[in-house]
Formats: sequence, structure tokens, C-alpha cells
Amino acid sequence: MTTAHDTIAFADALKEFEPVIGLETHVELGTNSKMFCSCPTAFGAESNTQVCPVCLGLPGSMPVVNRAAVESTIRMGLALNCDIASWCRFARKNYFYPDMPKDYQVSQYDEPLCTDGYLDVTVETDAGPREFRVEIERVHMEEDTGKLTHAGGATGRIHGADYSLVDYNRAGIPLIEIVTKPLVGTGELAPQVAKAYVTELRDLMRALGVSDVRMEEGSLRCDVNVSLNRPGDPWGTRSETKNVNSLRSVERAVHSEIERQAAVLSSGGRVVQETRHFHEDTGRSTSGRSKEQAEDYRYFPEPDLVPVAPSTEWVDELRGTLPELPSARRARLRAEWGVGEHEFQTMVNAGALELIEASIAEGVDPAAARKWWTGELLRIANDREMELADVPVTPAQIRRVESLVADGSLNDKLARQVFDGVISGEGDVDEVVAGRGLAVVSDDSSLLAAIDTALAEQPDVADKIRGGKVQAAGAIVGAVMKATRGQADAAKVRALLLERLGVSE
Amino acid sequence: MAEMTTDLVRQPAAVLAKAMAEGEVSSEDVTRAHLERIAEVDEQVHAFLHVLSDEAISAARAVDSRRAGGEALGPLAGVPLALKDVLTMKGVPTTCGSRILEGWRPPYDSTVVERLRAADVIILGKTNMDEFAMGSSTEHSAYGPTRNPWDLERIPGGSGGGSSASIAAFEAPLAIGTDTGGSIRQPAAVTGTVGVKPTYGGVSRYGLVALASSLDQAGPCARTVMDAALLHAAIAGHDPRDSTSIAAPVPDVVGAAERGDVRGLRIGLVKELGGEGYQAGVSQRFAEAVDILTSLGAEVVEVSCPNFEYALAAYYLILPSEASSNLARFDGMRYGLRDGDDGQRSVEEVMALTREAGFGAEVKRRIMIGTYALSSGYYDAYYGQAQKVRTLITRDFAAAFEKADVLISPTAPTTAFRIGEKIDDPLAMYLNDIATIPVNLAGNAAMSLPVGLAPEDGLPVGLQVMAPPMADDRLYLVGAALEAALVDRWGHLLIEEAPEL
Repeated sequence: MTTAHDTIAFADALKEFEPVIGLETHVELGTNSKMFCSCPTAFGAESNTQVCPVCLGLPGSMPVVNRAAVESTIRMGLALNCDIASWCRFARKNYFYPDMPKDYQVSQYDEPLCTDGYLDVTVETDAGPREFRVEIERVHMEEDTGKLTHAGGATGRIHGADYSLVDYNRAGIPLIEIVTKPLVGTGELAPQVAKAYVTELRDLMRALGVSDVRMEEGSLRCDVNVSLNRPGDPWGTRSETKNVNSLRSVERAVHSEIERQAAVLSSGGRVVQETRHFHEDTGRSTSGRSKEQAEDYRYFPEPDLVPVAPSTEWVDELRGTLPELPSARRARLRAEWGVGEHEFQTMVNAGALELIEASIAEGVDPAAARKWWTGELLRIANDREMELADVPVTPAQIRRVESLVADGSLNDKLARQVFDGVISGEGDVDEVVAGRGLAVVSDDSSLLAAIDTALAEQPDVADKIRGGKVQAAGAIVGAVMKATRGQADAAKVRALLLERLGVSE
Repeated sequence: MAEMTTDLVRQPAAVLAKAMAEGEVSSEDVTRAHLERIAEVDEQVHAFLHVLSDEAISAARAVDSRRAGGEALGPLAGVPLALKDVLTMKGVPTTCGSRILEGWRPPYDSTVVERLRAADVIILGKTNMDEFAMGSSTEHSAYGPTRNPWDLERIPGGSGGGSSASIAAFEAPLAIGTDTGGSIRQPAAVTGTVGVKPTYGGVSRYGLVALASSLDQAGPCARTVMDAALLHAAIAGHDPRDSTSIAAPVPDVVGAAERGDVRGLRIGLVKELGGEGYQAGVSQRFAEAVDILTSLGAEVVEVSCPNFEYALAAYYLILPSEASSNLARFDGMRYGLRDGDDGQRSVEEVMALTREAGFGAEVKRRIMIGTYALSSGYYDAYYGQAQKVRTLITRDFAAAFEKADVLISPTAPTTAFRIGEKIDDPLAMYLNDIATIPVNLAGNAAMSLPVGLAPEDGLPVGLQVMAPPMADDRLYLVGAALEAALVDRWGHLLIEEAPEL
């Protein structure tokens, strides 16, 4: 049983222990057809309509390797600086489960296609950005299983369900599994490094076009390994938290597991080598089956498939087609935009690069694009606990708002209200402006009237300004802006005020 | 052709095909004659698990009408055939001789069936076999044993006893078998017929319900070498749906069967496959056949394959290992038998009860052996070692084929044994395949053809010809020459000496 009392605070845990983390990431490749047959892979089709004798594992059927999946895996391996095997085989992983049509999964075991690479990731610290090299043990190919739905129970889990349904549309979708080597020395940054690594992997796969990584559809799943040891001691026993399916959860899973293991070890207990299940709602995990009674998968080379033997020529050709990778792209963008390291890292961490880049491509001024995505829109995303990319604002809408600001129809404060309206589903930019009656008050006479009222209310300030203390003008401008509910152009108010009082800057 | 029309079922496929091509007889007549023969004798022989009477007749009529329309048809068009029940045929029950697949009708054709259809061959039905092709006697079928037409108290070989018995009993001129450790060749030997295991990868395995994927191979069963060649040519060739199938032209097996010539050919006698443990009459007929080959102009040399000694042991690790995985899918979840599903039991319990009820003893034995051999901690000692032996056997073959163009041996150590004689002694049963197994492990090609009756029991003896990978044509060169010489000597095919049923 895990209760809140079974953990100790993260900061305290890190005073006593050093974490070692490792990640196994499964990602569905974006190929048009499945790993071993020509069935389509589109998400969301009616259950069991994208199936054939091969992916249903019917007696007599045989797999044939999808060349596009091998190609994607090799490209991923190259981007991760891996060695590409000149000869490797698939293996069968044997276990009985109804979501597996053949009761074995075709995977790779001791002969993966890609080995020994690395991926550099950067995390933000109080002392500035810090880079970590995450070493990659292997990248291999395998087929996905079907999807089980447990019906009739309260929890949607198998226990208590009346019956279970299987959808084999997912069975045979190509997956790549990327396994890191144990990562040491991350200390208190372990959760952020884990998140930064998975983020970087996601961006890399998107840049390569091998997967569009739709995390909300479960196309990326992480298994998070954590162990703790006291400084100078050998590594501790690790736990493996399964099916951590979002970037935020990766961070939370490492964080909570460090707290849990620290509590066990501090009280003189022993960490059990086990599989744990992560719960998105609580951010905590519960114990699954113990590895000490784990199944024996009886791996052996898949005799229905011939070895995969990519030629040097093919690998070189693929190396030549690699696009600009995210790290190189970041260096280029930072130079192009001329921003400081810290500011740039803020954009990276916010997941704003693509959005800013797309907005600039749409014609938005670079500085304005950065301002909106890392300012107001990021604040809204954080408020609503969503990824920035999921904020429903388009680069075209940003351009429209900017053009309204440029011609004086809107100011920044009003523009924020426009975005709030767009995000709340009130329509496109112009519809929100019209619907909410948002427009800068530019009529001089009404502004002058408001200025006169403000001067009358604060005669001492008016005197100071007349006496040459121009900086005191802010108080009057503020009062005017307040009186016009922000719908005035502050610069214009200031100019009118100074003109009225006969002073110049 | 008057004689022929009265006894269509005794004609070889090539003769029937020619008669049909020349308009002397229709495919419907030929097909009906075989269906009548099946109705007449199959109660005794039990070669068939499922007869496709209506489908066969309508397929035959379709061939006849296309022929009447002037269409040029293939060399086996309109000829009937019996299909081993381990190959899928769309909509037709496929049981593999097992209870666990009872009621399953596959939604797709195997590539072999697809090619038979393309060749306009008429499929008469599905033949009996040892459950999931595990056995050498067809006694392990869940649907009862098949009997040897030469002596109904004896086994027809296995696992393809239904296929061999069907052609020996004149129920079909052709049959498809599958050979994992001898399941085409040993049944051919004990029924006085011809059977060929093509080079591994020569015939697509797509739709062949796998026993051991790295060993299984479908091939032709017939009463003559030429018929086997025609069927071989019809089913062989690269298939993109089987990645282990070979993307190379099929050796000219029909041309070789037409030539039938061993002059100048170096024939290797495998020292390890003969002598002690082989029935006297088997050794005698084999020796006589060697003399005939010499007299026909072959150069006979002795070769040694020292690692063949370990073939049986390696085979009985590799086969069960692969089988334990291949047969995992029979879990009652998706098709076939489901046992114990009372709405309360868990998935695991229903799977276990289904497999308990659906698999026979021999299947369970091999699944357990295979599961053990692949287990963590035992893999290297068993499966790993067995694969090393396999490599050594392949090297033995390669060395032997440097000294000889083909190798020969008796196909099986004995003639057909009695039903029940070895059923309780798995090791004795396994020893039947001692001469055929090395070829499956190495993946090359082999044929069994009849070379006479053993004097002591009057039962057929088979001779095995082995060729290097993708040199399947050499089997037919030797087989056709030897068959011609024997027919010359006897005045007829050996099968003509089988007693009337």
C-alpha cells in the first residue's frame, strides 16, 4: 500500500540520495501500413476494420517486414548518433494475452537495428541552462498489440469488468523502442532531464517525419526506470513505472518515484524490483507485478522472417536525407532571432519554437511573435494546464491582431482580450473585436475630456507636470486609461496631455 | 483409350491431363470417377477429413467449359488433387488434424491453393494427418488414423498419411503434403508412391499452418516421378507474402523428369544412413537400386556425414521450440475450440482449459519440451546447441555435395509398421525419420520413390535422393531414370501390385 505518508519531500530525498534514471520510449511510426502486413494504420477507424490474416495472426499467415518502418528506424538511429547493424534479426517474445493475436510479439531482442548513440538535452536551472548527454543503448523495431477495453466495471480496469473487448486495428502497427543507458549525475534535475529527453525525442521524430507523435492518442509511451543510492554506494534496485504517456507525467513519475524510494530506504526498507503503474490523476504510482516472479519471454529468432541487412550504401543514402535536426535548428533560430541564451531557453521550454517560427512565416514581426507565444499565450496555456501547441490560436490570428495594433485599432491590453475571446470560442479575431466592442478610443475630444477630468481630480500632479516633472504624467495617463477601460492608446493620451499642459518631453 | 475410361482413377495425372487436352475425357468425368472411388474405399482407408464433392464438380465443369471455349489451359488443368488439411483454403474447414481447430473456416487461400486454382487443378478435399503434423503414422490425428492401402492394419506414414494413402488408394492422382522432418517422404516410402520435399523456400509457406517454421515445406505427392514434377512446377516459385521464399527461377523439374538420365552423374551413398537399424529387406532393395543406378551409367561413391548422428537430437529441440511458439495462438480466444468459458473463469483459465481439451498428447509433449528448451537459463544449452548442430549438418551436406551431385539413402529404416505398434514409444516413432530429418535441418531438396517390396513382409521400400539447395531438378533426373528402369524390370509401376481394396 502506498499512502501519502510513504514519501518524503523531494528536496530532502536529494540531500540523502542520488538518482539513476533510465527511459524506454515506445513510439508508433507514421508509416501508411503496418509492420508486417499492408493494413492501414489510420487512428480512429471502427474497431477491427483495419485487419487481415497477418495482423490477426490467423493460422498459416506470415509476416513480411515493412521497408518504410526499417527506413524510419535507421533514420532515427542515425539522428541519435547510433551504429546501424549491418545484419540483425527479429525475435519472438512469447507470452499469452488476448491483445496479442499470436500470443507472441515480434520484436527485436539481442540483435537490435541501432545501438550506442546519444542525445544531448538542455534543462533550465537557476544558474542558467545545463546540458546533459543521454546515452542511447539501442533502438529497435517491434509490432504493437491490440487494444483491450474492459466493459461493465466501475474503473475501466480488468478487475471487476463484466467482459473485455479487443480491437486489433492497433495490432501490428510499427513501433520503435528507444532505450537509454542508465543516466547518472542528474541529481535534483532528474525529473526535468527525463522530461527534456522525451521532449527532444519527440521533436527529433517530428523533424525526421518518422512519426507525428500524437501523445493524446497514445502514440508515445514511456517506461521510466528509477533507482536511488547513497553517494559512493553502488546503484540501488530499480523500479520500472510503465505507460507514462505525457511529457508532464514523465517528469512527475520520476519526481514521485524518487520521493517514494527515498522514504523506503530512509526507513531502512528495501526497494523491490517491480513494475509500477502510473496514475495520471494522482501523479503517483502503485505496485504492479513483481519482477521477481516475472514471466520468461522465451525469446528466440523469428523463423518466419529473414534477417534485416541494410547495405552501407542504403544507410549512407539515408544519412544524406536527414533534415536539419532540432539542436542545429535551435542554434540557427537563436542566431537569426538574435536573442539571449536565457530568453531562447524559455521559448524552448515553453515548446514555442515551432509556433513562433510559424507565426513569423505567416508575416508576424519576430519580436511580436516571441512576445505573444512566451507571454500571454503561455500564461493561458499554464492556467488551463495544456501544452502551448494545443492553445487554439493560429499564426494567422496573431498576424491579424498585430496588424490591428499597428494601425492603432487595438492596444496590447485589448489584444489580450481578443485572444481570450478567440480561445473561449467566440469566433475569429474580427468577430471577437466586434462582439466585445473592443476598439481603441481615438476620438481626441473624448480623450481630452477624460484628460481634463483627471487633471481636475489630481491638481497637484498637474502642477508638477507644468513645473517640468514630465515623468509624473504617468499618473494622469493611468487615470485616463482606467476611465476609458483600457480602450485608449496610452502613447496618444500622453501626447495629448503634454500638449494640453504646454510642456514637451 | 477405351481401357482408360473404364479405370480413370488408375491413370497418372500426366495421362489424364493429356486425355483431357485431346478431348477424350472431361474433367467432370475424371473428377466424378475419383469422387466415386473415395465414396467406395475411403471408409476403409480414411484418407480424407473433408470431401468437397459439389465444389470439385463445379470447378471441373468450369474447366471443361473454358477448354470447350478454346482457352489454352495449363498442363494439369482439370486434374483432381487431395490437399493436406494443414493448408488453408478459403471457406473450407482446416483442422490440422486437431480438435482445437474444429469449426474453423479460414477466410483466405494459402499460396499453394491459389497456385493450384490458377493451374486449374481440381481440389477434391482435405486429407488426414497427425495433429499439427507431429508424427510419423497419422495415428496422432484427433479424427482417427488413416490406413495403409497395402495393408489396412498398417500405418500410411505420417504426418501426411492421408495424402499418401489417398494416392496409393487411387482416390486422387496427386496430393499436396508438407514435410517438416520427412512427412512427405516417409509416407511416400511406406505407400509405394513418390514424394518430394522441395528446397526450403522453394514453395511458399503462406497459408501453411506452421509446425516448425524453419523446417516446414510443402511439396508434391504422386504415383509417378513425372506427375510429381508437374505438380512441383505448379506450386513452386517466389511469393512476396513469404519472406523466406526464394526469389529465383524454379529449377526445371519437368524437363529433368522428361530426360531422366544419370549418365556421368556422381551419386553419393551416405555412410551414416544405412546398415544397423535398417530392416534387411529395406537394405536389400536399396542395394539393388544402387546397382541399377550404376548400370545406368552413374558413378556411385561413398560419402560420410559424421554430424548426421546428432540430427535427430537437434531436430527434437528445434522443432518443439518453434512449435511451442507457433501453437501458442490456439488459445480459444479468436477461433476454433473454446472450453470452460462459463462467464466466471478468467481468460487464463479458459485458455488453459481450451488447450487441455483441444490438444492431443503428442502435441502437448512437444509444446512442453519446446517451452523448456527456450526457457531462460536453458536456451543456450538446448536451442543454441541445436542450432550449432544444424550448421554442422549443413556443412556436412556441403562437403558431400563437393564429391557427389546427389546423395542417396533408404527413405525410412523400416517398411510400414502396424497401427498401435509404436504409439506408446515416442522415441521409436521418432527414429522413423532418422534418414529424412537432416535434409530439413539443412534446407535442401529430397525425393522418395519406390524401389520394390521388402521380401520379408511384401511392403514397399522407398529410396531417398537428396540434392543441394535449388538443385531440385537433379532429384527428377535421378528419380525418372530409376523409375523407368524399375518399370522396365517389373512391367508396371510398383503401385499396381497393391492389393485391391
